[in-house]
Amino acid sequence: MSLPDGVERQGFDGHERLATRGEPVYGEPTDGPWRLWDAGRSKVGAMLQLGVDTGLAGGDAVLYLGAASGTTASHIADFCGPTYAVEFAPRPARDLVGVAAKRQNLFPLLKDARRPDAYAHVVESGLDAIVQDVATRGQARVAARNRQFLRPDGRLIAAIKARSEDVTAAPENVFAAVLDDLRDAYEVLETARLDRHHDDHLAVIARPRPDTID
Amino acid sequence: MTDEPPGPAWFHGVDSGDEDAACNAIDGGQADEPADWPTHAVEAGFAADEDEYYDRLHGATVSTTRAAVRDRERAGDQQLKYGVRAMDDAERTANELAERVAEWAGALFDDAPAGVDGARAVVNRSPETPAERQAVSLAERVAALDDEAVALRSYIERAAPAVAPNLSRMAGPVLAARLIALAGGLEDLCKKPSGTVQVLGAEDALFAHLSGRAPSPKHGVIYTHDYVRNTRPEDRGSAARALAGKLAIAARIDHYAGDLRPDLHEELDDRIATIRARADG
Repeated sequence: MSLPDGVERQGFDGHERLATRGEPVYGEPTDGPWRLWDAGRSKVGAMLQLGVDTGLAGGDAVLYLGAASGTTASHIADFCGPTYAVEFAPRPARDLVGVAAKRQNLFPLLKDARRPDAYAHVVESGLDAIVQDVATRGQARVAARNRQFLRPDGRLIAAIKARSEDVTAAPENVFAAVLDDLRDAYEVLETARLDRHHDDHLAVIARPRPDTID
Repeated sequence: MTDEPPGPAWFHGVDSGDEDAACNAIDGGQADEPADWPTHAVEAGFAADEDEYYDRLHGATVSTTRAAVRDRERAGDQQLKYGVRAMDDAERTANELAERVAEWAGALFDDAPAGVDGARAVVNRSPETPAERQAVSLAERVAALDDEAVALRSYIERAAPAVAPNLSRMAGPVLAARLIALAGGLEDLCKKPSGTVQVLGAEDALFAHLSGRAPSPKHGVIYTHDYVRNTRPEDRGSAARALAGKLAIAARIDHYAGDLRPDLHEELDDRIATIRARADG
């Protein structure tokens, strides 16, 4: 699988690591214009590192749900086009604003990803991708509600957290249940466990189910 | 893309230089579904081209979100502090006045039950003398104060999880608010060692202990937590210590990070299960 335009493997400390071009955000190592994209701190970074086909090509229009402090969102904005970053908790959103202030194509929004009507007047339709990394119960429901922002062949790039759904159940069972719910609105293209970098997380790549688009 | 947009866009009716109006629209507006806003904005003359639209969107979202974050952060824990103190005042005063009502109404009417529920019963009486009118009127104040306490409690239950998600999940919203209020704020709470969190609300007992007159208190307001109250007395100190330790960590996560950490809650559940298992041993 080839990396999106604007993401490259660069040598850091003798290892080939992912990197994007942009202003450093959290004290990450840099090499000229390139800054390290740490797969251990970013689920999308981990997906690219593991060779998951995210469908991102570079220059994509993206809705990022659960942007937190903007670590991953900053890398996405480095190689994508308009990037809408939704975060619900004020404290991390404060850092997100700082990251967005230095990136003209990153638009921070203090909104609840479970209520897209509160940002549908700002976020445009026909997006290429939704990146979802929300720590809430009902992650499949969040994805379904936000499908309206995607173009018909757009991609959902989700990191499903087993522990957000049910801390006591076995992750495999949680993932199966979430995927089952997700299939009401999406066609799942690929899944991959991210355990090497993130415990109890499942990467899911999906696209809107053609037969359910109205 | 010439059809009408489905709902008012954030830039609808906003002059391109008017930052306040743009902030209000982004913060409070909504739409049933998204549309190709950049194209609509250019067609509506809000921006000359897409690049200019995105520049305006960037300026507007950054300043709106910055202001919204500041408001939410500044307000949250302090509002909770006032809320829980007001709730306690309202409950305490309602109970106190209810005693007076019971005493007074007992002299006037045949059966006048005690407590706030008793006062509510007095409200339904039809007074005939001036004295009865005053007693019933006082009972109405008690009922209204009690309603206020209920409303304050539900406000706290809504507000606390947004301000302190981990603390609220672990302690329940009201106890979380109470701990924040006793410490003076979320930041103050997160700077306290867990030993202090353990005895917050037991200051009298603590100072009696420090001056050598009493044993050290095992718990303060965290006594109301199920993990302390429903652990057998000889293990309650351990349970209170374990709970306080995790509450202190939860407060720090809430203040410095703000995301929900399920692992933390699971660790506490495990620890309490171990402590309670001693009773079976």
